[in-house]
Amino acid sequence: MLRFLLRRILFEAIPTLLVLVTLTFFLIRVAPGGPFSAEVNVPPEVLAAVQAKYRLDQPLLQQYLAYLGDLLHGDFGPSLKYKDFSVNDLLRAALPVSLQIGLFAFVIAVVLGVAAGLIAAVRQNGWLDHAVMGVAVLGVVIPNFVLAPVLTLVFAVWLKVLPAGGWEGGRPLMMVLPVAVLCLHYLGVIARITRSSMIEVLASSFIRTARAKGLPRGYILRRHALRPALLPVLSYLGPALVGILTGSIVVETFFGLPGLGQLFVNGALNRDYALVLALTLLVGVLTVVFNTLVDLLYGWIDPRMRFK
Amino acid sequence: MSRPAMQSVIARPLPPLPELDALQERLPPARSLWTDARRRFLRNHAAAAGLALLALVLLACLLGPMLSPYPFDEPDFGLMQAPPDAATRHWFGTDYIGRDLFIRTLLGGRVSLMVGALGALVAVVLGTLYGATAGYAGGRTDSVMMRALEVLGSFPVVFLVILLMTFFGRSLWLIFVAIGAASWLDVARIVRGQTLSLRRREFIDAAIVGGVRPSRIVLRHIVPNVLGLVIIYATLLVPQMILFESFLSYLGLGVQEPMTSWGALLEQGAKSLENSPWELLFPAGFLVTTLFAFNFVGDGLRDALDPRSR
Repeated sequence: MLRFLLRRILFEAIPTLLVLVTLTFFLIRVAPGGPFSAEVNVPPEVLAAVQAKYRLDQPLLQQYLAYLGDLLHGDFGPSLKYKDFSVNDLLRAALPVSLQIGLFAFVIAVVLGVAAGLIAAVRQNGWLDHAVMGVAVLGVVIPNFVLAPVLTLVFAVWLKVLPAGGWEGGRPLMMVLPVAVLCLHYLGVIARITRSSMIEVLASSFIRTARAKGLPRGYILRRHALRPALLPVLSYLGPALVGILTGSIVVETFFGLPGLGQLFVNGALNRDYALVLALTLLVGVLTVVFNTLVDLLYGWIDPRMRFK
Repeated sequence: MSRPAMQSVIARPLPPLPELDALQERLPPARSLWTDARRRFLRNHAAAAGLALLALVLLACLLGPMLSPYPFDEPDFGLMQAPPDAATRHWFGTDYIGRDLFIRTLLGGRVSLMVGALGALVAVVLGTLYGATAGYAGGRTDSVMMRALEVLGSFPVVFLVILLMTFFGRSLWLIFVAIGAASWLDVARIVRGQTLSLRRREFIDAAIVGGVRPSRIVLRHIVPNVLGLVIIYATLLVPQMILFESFLSYLGLGVQEPMTSWGALLEQGAKSLENSPWELLFPAGFLVTTLFAFNFVGDGLRDALDPRSR
């Protein structure tokens, strides 16, 4: 297992992230416009001083190497737009917000999605199956930027039971709509995956054998069918997490939550090089870490896959 | 054996078999793969309904704008955020500066559908060529190309596309390319898998023996054979592309004023949700209908063309 992890980090994580940093770094530098091009009529010497402060006057390659050096110390550098804030400060403030709604959405999507899928599979073609899957299709098809305003219209404008936006230090009521919008799509997808894989498993011969042995139905479902049925769900968890991170861009902008997604959009619009780089990298790291975790989980559930 | 001799062996006619003829008469008339697929597709009610809906939406977007007496970009400050009204011929109401929403929704639909189709095309072409090349080349080339794919796969693609859009201006062309480039990875993986099994078939051996260049083998022998699969995938890709464009436009990074798309309309509608919900609901209805229809058509096509489902 240690060897698996080591190989994973050395040959996959590090090259991926290195390519990502390099690509992003040079991509945003060759783009027209700079972080200070919007400011009106700055005297050239002031501009030069500002650029020197942020090392923007040095050759590109030197900037790049210096940036990598700082990264190794866990330092993302100063923000170019939010003066007096380092990128680390900004991230530290925004991360808990995104993490909270993201994790809630993720857990709800997985738990409810798997449960709904299992119920639908066990009652295949019953009314419960059709009802659950009907809702799941809605969740799969309706995009979050439609769902967010429509749910707000219904629950905040018409029914007036939930707030339309804001964060207020993370009051639970504030989180209901963002989390619902964020998780519904993944809930639907997970329910569909779980249902079809459970149906397939229930039709396989080892289940028939278990039934022939006279085992009780609940026992068969729990001990024989559940594990293999969960494998396809597991491989969807990686993409689901990335999707939730991405989805938080829309959700945070719409509901006005001070999280990473909003920071990213603002950073990109403001040409805040350091901020944008750090966020891209952060999402990259999260993706890689999560994919590794999913692979480990895979080995845990399915011994055949163990640490190949 | 020289070439003419070989041909004469192949061309020698089979001896007549009366039993076989009799048998053939008793069989139902032969159906081609495509007739079969069409029959299966149309028997799937959801898929057939999806196709009809899609045709309807397409027709509406192409012809609908001619019905409206209003231009799509002219504000009317006397009629801002007017609700839908048949008398004024603002069938979908007007937006925050009094532009007619009927024509804007349908024109936005043109843009969204076009971006969806072209984005899917870019993804499919790129992915097919990459996958077929990797699969056909095999060995080290293949593993390097697949490795690159894996690295790209763990990129936060959406974030990169947003960067691209903010830093390099927001032209429609860049949207096609960015969206397409972001989603060719899966196509490449699928096509490679198919190519690996095609490569071992006799007709490829025959082509190699016949001295056909590798690039030509890929283009003329591999690619046509994976086309069915690719078409299915493309159908499922189009709604994803439409979504992606809407997502970008929703963030204000896609189509720019006064031109519009469903995503851009939704963004505007979300802002004025309390005063004029129709600004949100009409584009949302069109978008969701289209997405639904594409999903059903894609599923139906997959069931109809997938040989395993027989």
